Amino acid sequence: MALDSKIPGGPIESKWTNHKFEIKLVNPANKRKFTVIVVGTGLAGASAAASMGELGYNVKAFCFQDSPRRAHSIAAQGGINAAKNYPNDGDSVHRLFYDTVKGGDFRAREANVHRLAECSNLIIDHSVATGVPFAREYGGMLDNRSFGGAQVSRTFYARGQTGQQLLIGAYQSMMRQVSLGSVKLFPRREMLDLVVINDQARGIIVRNLVTGELESHEADAVCLATGGYGNVFYLSTNAKGSNVTAAWRAHKKGAYFANPCYTQIHPTCIPVTGDHQSKLTLMSESLRNDGRVWVPKKADDARSPDKIPEGERFYYLEEKYPSFGNLVPRDVASRNAKLVCDKGMGVGTSKKAVYLDFTAAIDRYGKGAAAGKGISDAAKIKELGEGVVASKYGNLFQMYEKITDENPYKVPMRIYPAVHYTMGGLWVDYNLMSTIPGCFVLGEANFSDHGANRLGASALMQGLADGYFVIPYTIGGYFAGTKLEKITAGHVGFEQAKAESKARIDGLLKVKGKKTVNEFHRELGKLMWENVGMARNKAGLEANLKKIPELREEFYKNVNVVGSEGDFNQNLEHAGRVADFLEFGELMTFDALHREESCGGHFREEHQTEDNEAKRDDENFSYVAAWQYKGDKARQELHKEQLTFDNVHLATRSYK
Amino acid sequence: MSGNMTITLKIWVQKNVKTQGKFETIKVEHVSPEMSFLEMLDIANEQLMKSGKEAVNFDHDCREGICGMCSLVINGLPHGPDHSTTTCQLHMRRYKNGDTIVVEPWRASAFPILRDCVVDRSAFDKIIEAGGFISVTTGNVQDANNIPIPKSDSDRSFDAAACIGCGACVAACKNASAMLFVSAKVSHLALLPQGKVEKTKRVLNMVGKMDELGFGNCTNLFECEAACPKDISVENIARMNREYLCATAMFDEVVRQMNF
Repeated sequence: MALDSKIPGGPIESKWTNHKFEIKLVNPANKRKFTVIVVGTGLAGASAAASMGELGYNVKAFCFQDSPRRAHSIAAQGGINAAKNYPNDGDSVHRLFYDTVKGGDFRAREANVHRLAECSNLIIDHSVATGVPFAREYGGMLDNRSFGGAQVSRTFYARGQTGQQLLIGAYQSMMRQVSLGSVKLFPRREMLDLVVINDQARGIIVRNLVTGELESHEADAVCLATGGYGNVFYLSTNAKGSNVTAAWRAHKKGAYFANPCYTQIHPTCIPVTGDHQSKLTLMSESLRNDGRVWVPKKADDARSPDKIPEGERFYYLEEKYPSFGNLVPRDVASRNAKLVCDKGMGVGTSKKAVYLDFTAAIDRYGKGAAAGKGISDAAKIKELGEGVVASKYGNLFQMYEKITDENPYKVPMRIYPAVHYTMGGLWVDYNLMSTIPGCFVLGEANFSDHGANRLGASALMQGLADGYFVIPYTIGGYFAGTKLEKITAGHVGFEQAKAESKARIDGLLKVKGKKTVNEFHRELGKLMWENVGMARNKAGLEANLKKIPELREEFYKNVNVVGSEGDFNQNLEHAGRVADFLEFGELMTFDALHREESCGGHFREEHQTEDNEAKRDDENFSYVAAWQYKGDKARQELHKEQLTFDNVHLATRSYK
Repeated sequence: MSGNMTITLKIWVQKNVKTQGKFETIKVEHVSPEMSFLEMLDIANEQLMKSGKEAVNFDHDCREGICGMCSLVINGLPHGPDHSTTTCQLHMRRYKNGDTIVVEPWRASAFPILRDCVVDRSAFDKIIEAGGFISVTTGNVQDANNIPIPKSDSDRSFDAAACIGCGACVAACKNASAMLFVSAKVSHLALLPQGKVEKTKRVLNMVGKMDELGFGNCTNLFECEAACPKDISVENIARMNREYLCATAMFDEVVRQMNF
């Protein structure tokens, strides 16, 4: 099947406006005849359920957590971008569009990114109307801060808990629809399969995680808002439950998987301390507004940071990238942290960490606050400065202290890159529909807006744009233009998918081997991190393609899944997710091997400039790689969607 | 595994909502002080599964103190001994070699135990459904800066909105009252101009739903505030009581119809 991205014609500024007019409509009275399933209740899922419920569709919302409010969007810290230009610093929809395309290293679809930038302002307006308490200035107006990859301040925030506040806003809007009867909630359900009948997505099979029962749910369309696959690395900043299962199952039913090798390694996370570690914790990018990143100039310098004089410190981001300094995009910051650590300049016991130092900011803010009050006492100035820093990042500093037992107001934070977000995802057209008609994919689960690298504070923007402002329009176009046969959950398509899900569960339970699910997950994660992590090369990727199938084979011979299927059984849930990661990891590796260039988060060591920057190959790789599943034994087939850049001209990305 | 602490757990196990649960004793070895409390439980479960036994189920997800999923009563205290801390943020450096730790689920009749240390907190969603929102439809609302909000109002609203809905307040209260949770939502929205429009109906409906679901009343012991990992203040309860009083006084007719 040839990929048709369905990008509307016309100039980029009017594509979305024209498209909204051209999309066929479903009349209000007919909307209630359609049922839509939304899987996942993060920003994309909750906002989609709310907005479609408001329109009058019957929405069924599913999540594996005990409450929809717990989806992992809640952990997003720093903020959400919008082109409001409130600070009067020259921002515009076009600049946000431009920065995002450039930040994505020219591997995103221009039309989608422009739509995203257009929707950004509506998101802020709507979120404020739903009661999101964004940070404000004393005059009562909204405050902004800066994020990486931009030279304007366009990030709206709610302390270090912006994701939480936005998610609660979307969750509340969805709960309002629950009270009005248009949305029905199904918590503690895990999607195990997509049901495709007559080449149309018509429902899902879920496991009720409390009773273990497999349930069939029919619908006229299915929206997957199931997040990213970062947990394929075992250690990531994702929640423990985040997984690829829903996306992978849809993939095996015909949805192409696009650019799986594009993963974002976030530069500022708390470093790994030992084998026991179950997850990594992010320290928001917003900290780079005020924190200075440095390492000792001398390799293997064991002195404590306060004993290292200014002249012996290497502020490598400020020195290498004077115009963006500490606020370079994430891929650049991560790669440079790895570079200095590889040269032996890393700090801490593992030597795999760099300093993020707030001393200068505390001093600057302290002096600023003291100036008006005529205070000159150094200790008092420091205290005032710490107060200002606390008001901006208090919860992050507290989180850091809880984990590391060190006070970051006094000692520089130690940070290191960690897996955070996945730009790849199921392929979708301009209407957010996958290659399976009626199966839409929203938020992090799709591939469309961030190219090979996502800029900070853009994930929240995309999730909410897709859910509040895109899907309510495009799903109507699908319903109005599609003939849907009447079906029930008793249809043979459901029975078959249910039987397959049951067989997979039985297959896991019957192995009764010696190794735990977690041990397999860790081993897979190690393979992925070493060979498909921050730097990739041919030899490593090829080795992975041998080792992953071996590990998968061992999994089905030697895994020990305890308990039974008819009970609440977290070990069985984990086993199913790891089984899918073991398949998905191979595709991800294969995609990374095939892409013989470096771009954004995908860094192939063979393709770099003399000063270690990513070297793209626009002539040969300016396309979206969409993989089609061809059976367990066959190699996946590559389909290419050529990317054209008519509005942002292809250029080597430079932040110097 | 690098640690050399040994911890004895007395942990609650229960097959499902219908059966009687009990404490099981598990000796956990190779615990290190850097581990989080949940990582220690992970090790305990790995040990159990290695010996062919079932793992103890407990709710958790983000493991960074924000999703509100983790929910354990540790030595009698919801989320353990540290202030402003969720269970997932508690670290084993708080304990010493040889310690015995008692681990239980939240205890409240409105939160039935589903399995081991996992409880059903859907009652909280039902309370939000009863009115914990602003009735605004997605679309072209006015510009976000058209209504200035005093920073202090916005900040206090945020302080209340920081609630993670974990339910520790209910678990800590001898009456299993949900007043802190409900009042945090009432305050979050009532302090904002956008939320003021519906504040009367909201407080009546949410309090009514809370009572209906079997949560107890508040007797001003403030255990909830002490247990709250997000420092939600009991001031919110006072604000909710005030809102409720105003609502009943102003809407006598409505209230009588609602049969309070």
